[in-house]
Amino acid sequence: MNIVKLDGVEKHFGAVRALAGVDFAVDTGECVGLVGHNGAGKSTLMHILAGTLMPDSGQVAIGGALRQGYAVVLAQKLGIRCVFQELSLCPNLTVAENTRVLHPSIAGWGWRKKAGDLIRGKLDEIFSGHGIAPDALVGDLSIGKRQMIEVARAFTVTSDPLHLVILDEPTSSLDAHTAGQLLSHVRQVVATGASCVLISHLLGEILKYSDRIVVMRDGVVVATGNASGFDRDKLVSAMGGSAAARKAQANQATAPRGTTPVRVRARPSRQSDGLELVAHEGEIVGLAGLSGHGQTELLLAIFAAATRHVSGVEVTGSVALIAGDRQSDGIFPLWSIAENIGVRSMRELRSGFLISPELETRLAEGWQKRIRIQTGNLRNNILSLSGGNQQKALFARALGSEAKIVLMDDPMRGVDVSTKLEVYDLIRAEANAGRTFLWYTTEMEELENCSHVYVFRSGRIAADLRRGELSEERVIHSSFQEVAQ
Amino acid sequence: MTPASAASAARIAQARSGRRRRVLRAALPALSLTLVLLGIAWLNPRAISYFGLNLMLSLAIPVALATIAQMFVITVNDLDLSIGTFVSFVGCVSATWLRDTPLLGIAVLLSSIGIYALVGALIYLRNVPSIVVTLGMLFVWQGLAILLLPKPGGKAPTWLHDLMNLHTPYVPFPLLAAILIGVLVHVGLMRTSYGAILRGSGGNPASIARAGWSLLKTKIVMFAFASLFGVLSGLSLIGLTTSADANIGKGYTLLSIAGVILGGGEFVGGRVSPIGAVIGALTLTLAGSLLNFMRISPDWQVGAQGAILIIVLAARAIINRTDGRTA
Repeated sequence: MNIVKLDGVEKHFGAVRALAGVDFAVDTGECVGLVGHNGAGKSTLMHILAGTLMPDSGQVAIGGALRQGYAVVLAQKLGIRCVFQELSLCPNLTVAENTRVLHPSIAGWGWRKKAGDLIRGKLDEIFSGHGIAPDALVGDLSIGKRQMIEVARAFTVTSDPLHLVILDEPTSSLDAHTAGQLLSHVRQVVATGASCVLISHLLGEILKYSDRIVVMRDGVVVATGNASGFDRDKLVSAMGGSAAARKAQANQATAPRGTTPVRVRARPSRQSDGLELVAHEGEIVGLAGLSGHGQTELLLAIFAAATRHVSGVEVTGSVALIAGDRQSDGIFPLWSIAENIGVRSMRELRSGFLISPELETRLAEGWQKRIRIQTGNLRNNILSLSGGNQQKALFARALGSEAKIVLMDDPMRGVDVSTKLEVYDLIRAEANAGRTFLWYTTEMEELENCSHVYVFRSGRIAADLRRGELSEERVIHSSFQEVAQ
Repeated sequence: MTPASAASAARIAQARSGRRRRVLRAALPALSLTLVLLGIAWLNPRAISYFGLNLMLSLAIPVALATIAQMFVITVNDLDLSIGTFVSFVGCVSATWLRDTPLLGIAVLLSSIGIYALVGALIYLRNVPSIVVTLGMLFVWQGLAILLLPKPGGKAPTWLHDLMNLHTPYVPFPLLAAILIGVLVHVGLMRTSYGAILRGSGGNPASIARAGWSLLKTKIVMFAFASLFGVLSGLSLIGLTTSADANIGKGYTLLSIAGVILGGGEFVGGRVSPIGAVIGALTLTLAGSLLNFMRISPDWQVGAQGAILIIVLAARAIINRTDGRTA
C-alpha cells in the first residue's frame, strides 16, 4: 500500500521550474533513497511531502486518499515527519522544549519532564552513548549533536502515528559512527512497517540502506528501481544523464599553462595535501562540485586577499566580485541602473571631489551596448529591469571596472538561456584580452567554458582537471568521492 | 590518553564551559544590582531600610512593568518604540475617565490592548519592520494623550492610589511587587508549554511554523501581553504620582529597552529573561538614587545610566569571548 503518492506534481519559483511533473510513491515498510545533483528538485519534493510547500499543480495522495489543501498540520496528523537539511531547532530553547514544539499533546503539569523523557529515550535508542542532557540549551551544543537531536525528535511518537520519516542529508554533520547508528535505526524502523525517504549525497549510504532508489534530474524522476539493480557507476550516469556524449573536445585556443604570469594562487584553509588553486592571466578557471562545499568561501578569501594579508592566498592584481545572490549581495535596490554599474569604478568616474554624472552615463551606455541591457533609460531604477538584465548590469559593473581578476560566485542562477550565451561570449572575449576569471558554478555547461577546473568537496580541492580531462562524469565522481574509498 | 577519551573529555569540557557561561550571564544582572545597592549602602547606610527602599524603589514598579512589556516584544524579534507614549496615554486615561466614568475608562484600556494586538498582526502579515510601525504608534498614543489631557492634571482613582501606597509588613511593597511580577512572568513565559512556543518563535520562526504552529497567533499574543503590561505600568505610575501629564511616560521607551538588555536579554533570537528584566529595571532606578547620593546633578543621570549599560554589556561580551576561545 502507498503511504504517499504524488502524480504529476509541478512547482515553480518565479521563472525557475523546480519540479516539472513528478510522479513519486512510497510504500509501507520501505526505505526509498532519493539522489540527484544540486537543483534536481529533491528538496522541493520533500517540502511538498512535508506540507511546507504547496504544489502548483498535480495530485497529492496520503494514506490512499487525495488531499486538498495539504499542509503541515495535516501532515503531522497523518504521521509524516521531516528532518530538514538546514537545521530547524530553536537555539534558544532546551532539547526538551524543542521536542515539545513538535508535539502539541505534551502540555500541562510536568510537560518538561515528559518531553525530556521522550527525547532522552529516543536518543538512547538511536545513538547510545550520545551524552546529551534534555535540559541543555540547543544553542550551546555542537552541530553534530543538534543533528542527532533533530533526527531523534522526528522519530518520537506521542498522540499522532508515525508512518513516514523524510531525512534530508541526515548524516551531513555526523561522524561515521553516529551515521552508522542512525542508518541501522532506519532499517529497524522500516522493519516495523514504517517508511523512510533518505536523501544523501553519499551514494554508498543510499546503495547500502535503501530498498528502492529514485534518481532525479532537472525537476523530473529519471530513473527508479530496486537498490540491488544499481551500483555506483549506474547512479552517477543516471544523475549526469547521457550528456557525457558532449565530450570535451581537445581545446584549440587555450595556451598551455604557465606561459602567462600567475594572477591567483590560493589554498583552501582545510586543504591538507599540497593541492592549490592557480589561475594565470587570461584564464577562465572553474570551481566545481556540489554547492556549499567551500567554493564561495575560497572566492571570498581571494577577494579579501586583494586588500589585506590572508594566509594561503596570493593575489596579484585588482579584484572584482560578481555575487551569486543578486538581491542580497549584488544590486543596490534604490539606485539607478547607471549608478549600479558605476559603483565599482568610482575612482575613474570622479571629477574633482564629486562623481561626474556624464562619465557615469558614458560608462553605462558603453556597457549597455556591449551586453544589451534592455532598458529605455539608464537612469531608471535597477528594479525596473528583469532578473536577467539585472544580472547583466552586475557583469557590466565588474567588467567595466579596472579589475584584472573577476570572481564569479555562481552568478547565472535563474538566468535565461539566451542571456547566458551572450555572457559566455563576453567572458571569453574578456579572457582573451587578458583578464582572469574564477568561476564557481554548479552547471556542467558553464564549466565547458573553462580552461581549467577544480572540483571541491568538503571545503577542499578534490580534483584538478585540465580542459581535456573535463567530463561531467569526472566532476560528479570527484564531488561524490567518499572518505572510505 | 586514547584519542577517543581525549575527545570525550573535550566534549565534557565544552558542555561544562557552555553551562558556566550561562550561569555567569544569568548572574550578571544580579551582580550589577548588588553593586549599586552596596554603593548606596556605603554612601548612605540609612537608605537601606524599610522606609528608604520604599522611597527609592516605588518608581521602579512602573519601570519594571514597562520593561516586561518591552521584553515580550523583543522575544519575537521586534522592538516597541511606542511603549513610553502608550504608558502616558494609559496614565491620562486613568487620571480622567477611569476615575470619572470607570466603565468608559475600562473599555478604552481594553480596546487599546486590542489595538496593540492588531499592530502585532499587521507587523506579521505585511512583514513591515516593527520599528516603523511602532514609531508611527508612538505619535498616535502621544497625540491621544495630549487630546485627552492638554495640561497636566487629573486625579488618580482612590483605589489605585491606595493600592500603590500599600504598606506591607517587614518587606517594602515595591520589592514584593517586583518579585511577584518577575516570578509570574517567569512561570508564564519560561515554564509553560506554550511559553516555549512563544520563545521558539523568536529563536527560529521557520521551525515553529514547520511544526504546525501559527506565527500570527504568537505575534498577536506577545503584543497583547506587551500592552497588558503597558496598561499596568501606566496605572501604577498614576497611582504613585496621583495626577497625570501627557508626557509622563516619555523616558520609558529607552528605559525599558535598556532594562531588558541589562537583564540578559538580546535583541534577536528569543533570548530573554523576565527575572533579569525586572532586576535590570530595579538597577536602572536605583542607579538614579546612587547618583543623587553621590551629589551628581540629575542632568547627568541619563548619561550615567547609559554608562552602566555599556559596562554591563562589555562584561557580557567578555564572558562570551573568553568562552568562545576555550570552546
